[in-house]
Amino acid sequence: MRWIRQRLLGVIAVLVLVYLFIPIAVVAVLSFNKPDGKYNISWNQFSIDAWTNLCGVPGVCGSFMVSIRIGVITTIVATILGTMIAFALVRYRFRGRSTTNLLIFLPMTTPEVVMGASLLALFLNLRFPLGETTIIIAHIMFTISFIVVTVKARLQGMDPRLEEAARDLYAGPRATFRYVTFPLVAPGIAGAALLGFSLSFDDFIISFFNAGTVVTFPIYIWGAAQRGIPVQVNALATMVFLAAMVIVLTTQVVSYRRRKALQLPPQALEAALPRS
Amino acid sequence: MVALLPSTGAKAQVSPQKRSRTGYFLLLPGMTWLAIFFAIPFVTLFLTSLQAPVAGESGQYVPAFQVSNYPDALMEYWPQFLKSFIYAGIATALALLIAYPLAYFIAFKAGRWRALMLVLVIAPSFASFLLRTYAWKTILADEGFITSFFNALHLLPDDRILNTSIAVIAGLTYNFLPFMILPLYAALEKVDPRLIEASNDLYASAFTTFRKVTWPLSLPGVVAGTLLTFIPATGDYINAELLGSTQDRMIGNIIQTNFIEFRDYPTASALSFVLMAVILVLVFTYIRRAGTEDLV
Repeated sequence: MRWIRQRLLGVIAVLVLVYLFIPIAVVAVLSFNKPDGKYNISWNQFSIDAWTNLCGVPGVCGSFMVSIRIGVITTIVATILGTMIAFALVRYRFRGRSTTNLLIFLPMTTPEVVMGASLLALFLNLRFPLGETTIIIAHIMFTISFIVVTVKARLQGMDPRLEEAARDLYAGPRATFRYVTFPLVAPGIAGAALLGFSLSFDDFIISFFNAGTVVTFPIYIWGAAQRGIPVQVNALATMVFLAAMVIVLTTQVVSYRRRKALQLPPQALEAALPRS
Repeated sequence: MVALLPSTGAKAQVSPQKRSRTGYFLLLPGMTWLAIFFAIPFVTLFLTSLQAPVAGESGQYVPAFQVSNYPDALMEYWPQFLKSFIYAGIATALALLIAYPLAYFIAFKAGRWRALMLVLVIAPSFASFLLRTYAWKTILADEGFITSFFNALHLLPDDRILNTSIAVIAGLTYNFLPFMILPLYAALEKVDPRLIEASNDLYASAFTTFRKVTWPLSLPGVVAGTLLTFIPATGDYINAELLGSTQDRMIGNIIQTNFIEFRDYPTASALSFVLMAVILVLVFTYIRRAGTEDLV
């Protein structure tokens, strides 16, 4: 009985994971479709036209590049700002901690439509022209929190004794940061940056409110949904998904290998580190 | 507002914390950004919600204190408000039901597959949200396998799924599922498996162990996951627009069309503000229980 129950749980878990990927499989399969009408919804005929001619439909690649550009700028700025906040939260004591926590938490729980609308209300009242700048401002605003959370988790997971050890070995604060703290936190920062980019690249609602006439990739898809989404869009989205998967799985494998290589007996580590 | 929140500082013993100006320097740029582009916009949103139209010029408004914008907007759009909460509520309950077994499996049974399974939970987010939602049009199509199956059982009131509220709820459930799985996993991972073993050793049935041990210990994750699923689902309008009919419009659709198409800024702002108020109540109820330190 127990055996069945444990297998059953595993089967359900795998089914839920499969369920998460079904729509992605549909998107990928339809990228090889030759739709018989304007809507690429049902399977008609195999074709690789979209993959050999990715920019064949006007506007697709242009909007794709706009989203990449916005994503890169957003990621750089938000990662720097978010990492600084994460360090402050974990390493420093300061007044107004609860307010700070709240101001970081709220953007993650505010519906996008409210953030988009309120930011648009600000820009309209200031008569600030809408465009790529306002999209980037908005994207930085809503990605910072996610970066703070990711980097903070990594910082908190760090053994504080590693830094104490560096100090005991007469490393100054700068050298400790440069050779111990930063390399240990770097994977967390990289992960946060990847998350930030994917949030920015995929955002539709907040961008749509603050875009003016700029067309990002998701805004292009939204517009195309009414008149039929070109097959090229499926191909590009499949590419982005595969690229992200390669990056994520590679880092997983690398960190797994590293952990394996570092597997010293715990006593060795205990002996090497200062008592706290 | 700060006084409302429980005092924090229990974390201080985890790592040595310094009090110096560097802390404020590190916080300043990012928090300023959030203050200007997240907090202040709520003030402008509130002011906009009270503006009055300029007679004869559509899309032009002047600062005013027209409180009647609120009852006017609510009288007109309360059905969509109600619909948003009902759809999001059902989707959240379904997501909890679907997510719990997976989160439980990853936390207790996955072993060396744990990291990979967590990656697979996040991975779908790397494919376009809009396209994934659009893909449900194919999956739930009228002549498709799923619709035919349920039709054969005579379970569908309209003989179809697409362009009905069922499709909207299905889309919402799917899209926000990772937001349910991850907090559930985080809470279950902290549960000491020895507690479950102890319960089994004391001859509690599997069901009793779950009801008396696992479920109560996972409650923080249930609450966090429920919030993180329910809130974005309430405000979402992509699923309603792509998968539903015009009768399935949610409050997000109304805010968007009023803001961008009709340029009825005061109505759209008033609706946004009410939506935010409801969500703030939920968030603060949660914080009263959990404190702020575990929020971020």
